[in-house]
This record gives sequence, C-alpha cells and structure tokens, in this order.
Amino acid sequence: MGMVMLLLLALLAFMIIGSLIAAESEDLLSAVVCVGAVGSGLAIIDLLLGAPDLAITQVVVEVLCVAILIRVVLTRRDETHETHKDTFAIATVLLVLGVLLVLGGWAMTTLHPFGQPLLASDAPGVAAQYLAGGVAEVGAVNYVMSVLLDYRAYDTLGEATVIFVSVIGSYAILRRTGRSHRAARSQEGES
Amino acid sequence: MNSGMSLIVKTVTRLVAGFITLFGIYIVLYGHVSPGGGFAGGAILAAGLILVLLAFGREATLRMMSHDGALAWDCGGALAFVLIAALGYLAGGFFVNFLSHGEPGQLNSAGMIPLLNAAIGAKVGAGLFGVFLALAVFRPGRHREDPS
Repeated sequence: MGMVMLLLLALLAFMIIGSLIAAESEDLLSAVVCVGAVGSGLAIIDLLLGAPDLAITQVVVEVLCVAILIRVVLTRRDETHETHKDTFAIATVLLVLGVLLVLGGWAMTTLHPFGQPLLASDAPGVAAQYLAGGVAEVGAVNYVMSVLLDYRAYDTLGEATVIFVSVIGSYAILRRTGRSHRAARSQEGES
Repeated sequence: MNSGMSLIVKTVTRLVAGFITLFGIYIVLYGHVSPGGGFAGGAILAAGLILVLLAFGREATLRMMSHDGALAWDCGGALAFVLIAALGYLAGGFFVNFLSHGEPGQLNSAGMIPLLNAAIGAKVGAGLFGVFLALAVFRPGRHREDPS
C-alpha cells in the first residue's frame, strides 16, 4: 500500500466522520460546516488522483454552496427538527441499507481496478481514439475540454440544461411568496 | 446586512474582488489550454460577486448586477451556447467544430471551444449568483423593489 493510498483512506475516513456528524447534528450551522469539510476532503482526493479540473470545480462550488447555505441558515431558523423513535422504520431502513450494501459490494467487483487509468491508450472503445487524436482533431491541449465540448458536447448540453432548469426553478419557487403577497397587497389597496 | 460588514472587510473586498473576477475570466478563457473551463470559471465569477454582496450589502451590489441582470446573463449564456452549437450546421451538423483549430497550446486554438466555454461561464456565473440572490436577499412576505 503506497503513500497515496494511505492518504486516500485517511481522507475517506475523515469524510465519512464528517458526513455522520452532519447527518446527526442538531444544529443546522454545524451541519453545514461539516458538509463543507466533506467537500474539501473530496477536492484533495481529486487532486491526489490527478484530476485538477475536478479539484478546481469542487473547491469553488463547495465554497459557494457553504456560503449560500450559511447565509440561508443564519437568516432562516428551522424549528421543524424532530427526532423519530419509530423502531420498525429504523429496522426497515437498516435492512434495506444492508441489502443495498451487499449488492453494491458485489457490483464493485466488476468495476475497473482502482488506480488503473481507464483512459489507457490500449483500452478498448473510444478512449484510445480520444487520446490519440485529441490534439490533432480538436486542437485543445486540455483533453478534458476536447472531450467535454467536442467529442461529448451533447452531454454538456444536457448538463447545461439541467443547471439552467434548476436555476429557473429556484427563481419560480422563491418568488411565489412575493407575488402572492403583491396580489394580496393590491387587493387590500382596492378594497 | 443592508449596511454591509465592517470597514476592514470592505477594504479587503475592494482590493481582492477585482483579482477574483480576473482569475475567473482567465480560468474561463484558458479552459482549453490549462485545467479549468467554463463551469469552474463561472463559479469563481459568482463567488466574487457573492463576496461583494456579503461585504457591501444588498443596495450596492444590486446596482452592479441586479436580479434581472443576472437572469438576462443566465438566459443569454444558455442561448449563446445553443446558437454556437447550431452554427455547426454551416459545416454539416450540430456541434461540429467548424472554426480553424489553430496551433495547439495557444489561446487562439481549438476552434469554438473557447466560445462555448465563455457561454457556459456567463451562464453558470450569473445562475449561481442569481440563486444566491434568491435565497439570501428575497424575504418571505416582502417582494423585491419592482415598480411594475
């Protein structure tokens, strides 16, 4: 087991502990801080595995998300937190989780071995062609971009559509209170 | 929040915000040469605007980038992305890279990938900032200043 592997396992344990604290904490603010810690661990893992593009995106998006969540948590107190003590529900959830864990572990055995590059030049499929012809066919030195915006641009279009729809949807949900209040206010003005 | 944070935070923000924006633009424009790209650069741009919003408060920031402005940049970026993709029909199909590939490693290379990156950067930056505005500035029961 190499040095990188040890670091990865330590980061993984750190992230699991962080998620557990985030899920179990009573205080929303400390839960948000724990989510931020988990995201930073993921960014360092991306960096260790040689994916700087992902690491940059992960760091920035994590900072943004934590800033947004802290801002929201500070203004809006959530008093609806309640504890469930239903034994049957907890037992069912644990049982389903156990079955999923076994099935997931079984599925893991068919995956590509960890740490071996998936995009090897002798790999079957389109990966070899991307690596061999990327610079000549597209002209981008950054292979990630030549895959994202040229070979697989349809996927990026779908991803961009998802972001666009989620932003528009959040506007729609958050503006409805204002609009109904405006309607109520104008009705008050008329009467 | 309306008056913003302390003088120290405001001074540091005034010094740093421009560099954050510059770095975001660099990440967007050099996405095809070095690690980065439209999404990461757009998120950095949004982070710079959110820093200004947190430090200076609502009024000063909405003068720089209003809510409608964020919405316009978001929709404009999405439209530009699809339009550039549709321009590929000039060369035979949707998303066909019709511009010259240039010399790999230079800024002016990879055909329309920098243009697509710029569109995604505008879309993601304005979208994330707009979501922050919606979550943090809109108050329940109090609509934004809208004369219409």
